[in-house]
Amino acid sequence: MGGKLTDTKHTLIALVEDKPGVLNRIASLFRRRAFNIQSLAVGGSEQPGLSRMTIVTGGDAAQVEQVRKQLEKLINVVKVSDITEEDMVTRELALIKVKATASTRSEIIQIVDIFRANIVDVAPGSLTVEVTGDENKLNSLLGLLRDFGIKELSRTGRIALTRGGSP
Amino acid sequence: MKKTGAQILCESLIKEGVEVVFGIIGGAVLPIYDTFPQYPQLRHILVRHEQGAAHAADGYARVTHRAGVCLATSGPGATNLVTGIACAYMDSAPMVAITGQVARPFIGKDAFQETDITGITLPITKHNYIVTDVTELAKTVKEAFHIAQTGRPGPVLIDIPRDVQQEQTDFVYPDKLDLLSYKVVSRGHPVQIKKAAKLINEAEQPVIIAGRGIIISQAYDELKEFAEKAQLPVAHTLLGLSSFPGNHILDLGMLGMHGTGCANMAVQEADLIIAIGMRFDDRATANTREFAPHARIIHIDIDPAEIGKNVPTEVPVVGDVKSVLTAMNKEIERREHVDWLSQIEQWRYEHPSLEIRQSDELLPQYIVHQIYEATQGDALVVSGVGQNQMWAARYFVYTKPNSFISGGGLGPMGFELPAAMGVKVGRPEEVVWCVAGDGGFQMTIQELATLTQENIAVKIAIMNNGYLGMVRQWQELFYGRRYVDTKLWNPDFVKVAEAYDIPGIRVKRREEVIPAIQKAMEYPGAFLIDFLIEPEENIYPIVPPGESLARFFEPSRPEVLEGKI
Ligand SMILES: Cc1ncc(C[n+]2csc(CCOP(=O)(O)OP(=O)(O)O)c2C)c(N)n1
Ligand SMILES: [Mg+2]
Repeated sequence: MGGKLTDTKHTLIALVEDKPGVLNRIASLFRRRAFNIQSLAVGGSEQPGLSRMTIVTGGDAAQVEQVRKQLEKLINVVKVSDITEEDMVTRELALIKVKATASTRSEIIQIVDIFRANIVDVAPGSLTVEVTGDENKLNSLLGLLRDFGIKELSRTGRIALTRGGSP
Repeated sequence: MKKTGAQILCESLIKEGVEVVFGIIGGAVLPIYDTFPQYPQLRHILVRHEQGAAHAADGYARVTHRAGVCLATSGPGATNLVTGIACAYMDSAPMVAITGQVARPFIGKDAFQETDITGITLPITKHNYIVTDVTELAKTVKEAFHIAQTGRPGPVLIDIPRDVQQEQTDFVYPDKLDLLSYKVVSRGHPVQIKKAAKLINEAEQPVIIAGRGIIISQAYDELKEFAEKAQLPVAHTLLGLSSFPGNHILDLGMLGMHGTGCANMAVQEADLIIAIGMRFDDRATANTREFAPHARIIHIDIDPAEIGKNVPTEVPVVGDVKSVLTAMNKEIERREHVDWLSQIEQWRYEHPSLEIRQSDELLPQYIVHQIYEATQGDALVVSGVGQNQMWAARYFVYTKPNSFISGGGLGPMGFELPAAMGVKVGRPEEVVWCVAGDGGFQMTIQELATLTQENIAVKIAIMNNGYLGMVRQWQELFYGRRYVDTKLWNPDFVKVAEAYDIPGIRVKRREEVIPAIQKAMEYPGAFLIDFLIEPEENIYPIVPPGESLARFFEPSRPEVLEGKI
């Protein structure tokens, strides 16, 4: 799944040095330039010593370009690309602990199957569901599970890569 | 042979060509100070407040084009540097600030005099470091100087825990940097340069806006050739003053809130703006939506993030000003712009920038101009913040490159004296005048002691209006003359100076001005003149907040202020 976004959501991919304080520098820059971070996911990249961050932020193109250039000025930031207009693959993972009783359990499992999600924990009053996909898929599943009662939810935020050659 | 962190720091500074360090000692930097006697080639100047150390390092940096170095202990020493670091950051001055930190085992424990100075200075430094391993120290110093001095310069802070200063390791100063992600563009893109040249060749009413980037890049000759070849009139931002001769026929003076009528009119009527090494600060542009409404804009700057930040530009050229102008000078054609330049002369005539009103009172404009006359422009002028800053900017004719030093971006009162001190230390052969506000002067007045202790011959001219004058002017013009908390009781500054062993005189009348300036210049050391100026003198023109540059108020245009109060 994935594809182009037409709203004001922008997906930035940042390649950053894996050094203490880097996340702080980046978060601080967003705050200082009055930009909001909708989600931020960070982890290792293909290059040792470098992490890849996926940042989802709002704003018009000029504002996002400004924040992109400010980010690139940070000494520990190697490169920042706005891939919003690129053909990209995006994924997010969520863990959802949903209320389950003897009567609702099988219905929940059915829904989970339709979404090709997994049950990763079973407890007397709940099921924990693991789901991966783009935001739309996660939101639809959450919409359906909400009726049963969601006890806890944890989402990773979007990670993204462009399709084919690197940006 | 193994060396301590403190020794490694000193030797690294020496490798970087550092000659002077401004600072104050304290517990967390004791090991560093303890090694100073081993390195007599490092001159340490003991200031009286760390803000003074930072402003002095900044002043030093601006006139030497090398990073100024300041040093403070952890906690309060470090936090006292903050204003000075922020000032250097806003004005892109290279600086390396070194702070002591509590020993590593105490970090994060709220130990005595522990503050998170790297956290505090994160948004006001180009980069900062905490060195937690002595083997990283030399490399860190090398990187810090490189980052501070290249590209768009700025302050870099290095925080060194006390035990790292004492730890030992082999000293090897790296000769290469491995800064993976720090690249400096210097040459502008040839396609952009061609595009810019085309616009310049086609323009009928072009104006250059010259910013501090020209001074940083030392592109005075290139700018002159550029302006003269295509007959491009030159307006300046506050910090762009002295990048182009102020007495040149093409010079329009400063633009902006207190800019000359001529510069502001020219910018608003221009069909092309060539913005060079400037960042469209709101004090220069006034209302950005109405800024230069007829103009296409070329923006030359080394920082890509400045492009389009405040004002959309048509042709950006990212690169070092000197290299871009050199390339551009080959591409542009000779032009005359006869009509445009005669229109400009008309504005110059209608809004004479150096005219001083008739008065029996002692006028600051007259004083500043007399300092210019007495020095023939061959002096470095360091201003405070407020009216004195604007008078210094407007009534001295800056003919000498890089001769006006001011805290333009941050506007910190108290900049004047310590910055002047740093300027004089950096350029001892020059005459240095500190044009001070009576308010700002009292924020860093204690550096008079440093002047005496270190024999630093700064000439101080206090524009003593008995007010926080710039704010009083706003209260007068925009708050119905309600002077709330702007009136100052002042000490006798001459007596204060004398107490610091600095001679001074008080000047109340016009005819005393020239002799006083002469006396100050003849005296070999620091000298203070307390000019008791007309208390309610204003700086004009003024563009009221929210207005466009063309809507500047001066006493002959009362309509601009109508309905403002
Ligand atoms: C540290 C600091 N505090 C407050 C201000 C706000 N401010 C700007 S100009 C000014 C008045 C400055 O008074 P003075 O130094 O006497 O200069 P004058 O305007 O009278 O020439 C003030 C209070 C400031 N710029 N810096
Ligand atoms: Mg004053």
